[in-house]
Amino acid sequence: MVLFDAPPDSVIQRLDPRVRVATAFAFAVVVCFSRSPDALGFALVLGFLAVVLGRPSLRQLLRALLTLNVFLGLLAATLIVSVPGRDLFRLGPLAGSRAGFAQGMTILCRANAIVPAVASLLGTMEPAYLGWALAGLGVPTRLAQILAFMVRYVEVIHVEYHRLRDAMALRCFQARCDCHTLRTFGHLVGLLLVRSLERAQRIVDAMRCRGFTGHFHVLRVFRCGVPDAIFAALTTAALALLIFLEVQ
Amino acid sequence: MHLADGILSAPVTVASTACALAGIARGLYRLEPERVPQVGMMAAVFFVGSLIHVPVGVSSAHLVLNGLVGLFLGWASFPALTAALLLQAILFHFGGMVCLGANVWNMALPAVAGYYLFGCRLRRPVGRGMGFAMGAAAGAFGVFGSGVMMALTLCASGGEFLVPAAAVLAAHIPVMAVEALVTGSAVSFVLQVRPEFLLSPSDGTPPRPEDGPHPPADTPRNRS
Repeated sequence: MVLFDAPPDSVIQRLDPRVRVATAFAFAVVVCFSRSPDALGFALVLGFLAVVLGRPSLRQLLRALLTLNVFLGLLAATLIVSVPGRDLFRLGPLAGSRAGFAQGMTILCRANAIVPAVASLLGTMEPAYLGWALAGLGVPTRLAQILAFMVRYVEVIHVEYHRLRDAMALRCFQARCDCHTLRTFGHLVGLLLVRSLERAQRIVDAMRCRGFTGHFHVLRVFRCGVPDAIFAALTTAALALLIFLEVQ
Repeated sequence: MHLADGILSAPVTVASTACALAGIARGLYRLEPERVPQVGMMAAVFFVGSLIHVPVGVSSAHLVLNGLVGLFLGWASFPALTAALLLQAILFHFGGMVCLGANVWNMALPAVAGYYLFGCRLRRPVGRGMGFAMGAAAGAFGVFGSGVMMALTLCASGGEFLVPAAAVLAAHIPVMAVEALVTGSAVSFVLQVRPEFLLSPSDGTPPRPEDGPHPPADTPRNRS
């Protein structure tokens, strides 16, 4: 399962997953707390640069950005009319304020800088490595294991869900807004739950059978090489410039 | 349902992340290695549940299922929801990376509260009606609780978010009704098909005497 389609030979694909996770989080944290227009503009440029380096599928990325911007646009619109301040425009009883506009734009810029960067750095990664990369960065092993199991079985449960929906469609089930529909969905969720918990039991049995001691072996050993060091250094410099633009 | 990056103020983000970290630590504390697949699987069900759309009036809503996860996992809901929300943040950008802590805290705390309020009734054998009632209560409480907490998080972040917070809360009311019926039916279904999944203690702690009888010795959980 890959989240975003991407060519396997892009610059970002060849980096150590730990470096990718660390830079993505660092970038998101810095951008999230930036306010000045200069810093946000530079963050947007960096987000675009990440897309150039990671080359995630543009169709998937644009679709993700569209949903996000519709939602955040609504939030920005409510902020423009609800925040008090000097008038930007007046439409009958509605008055748009400059302060609200600035705040709405800040939120939109932050999200539109972070999402492309996260999509290029983490979205193009094999999700199975995500958990181990996090474990390599100091996240508790148990949490990484939960993440790994979830990533492995999301696809299986999703297929199971579609099989059940097909069975329902064959029996002429049509989703409506009534109690019957909700009860049926409840039974669907219940059946998914029962099957996945039974599967979890079988997994535990299989793990016991193979002498599970609480640790998994990872086939790919992460290595931090020269390209990773260069990428990390460049990102650190870019983030330092971002912080400098912010506090200036 | 989820907060995106860049909305919350720094102090609110830091405080809710600290709370979420405490919850995750409590959830991982004494989590036996053998329960990890179960927790991961519940996280996957939660993730797939968020892809199930139910028609509500002219629009549609997706299932939340945090109440259901809470009933089955107790404190382990924190790590389970963390994993699922992280994948959602990367894949769909529902919710952000930086405010992941806030989203986890808002979703998982009502789930754990539902476990203590309603889940304890399901530890001993009960009828399907009782199962439905407790499941419906946990489902409604999960959505209602996370709606209220999200509205509070927004308000704490700045007074200008009062209007969006009220809108968020209003949008949660129809979802609450949907969630109550779906979770109630799901719990009564599980009670009918595999009651031992609910009877077995899911907190990682041995059942106390007042929690009802131990699960029968031949259930798959106890076979070793």
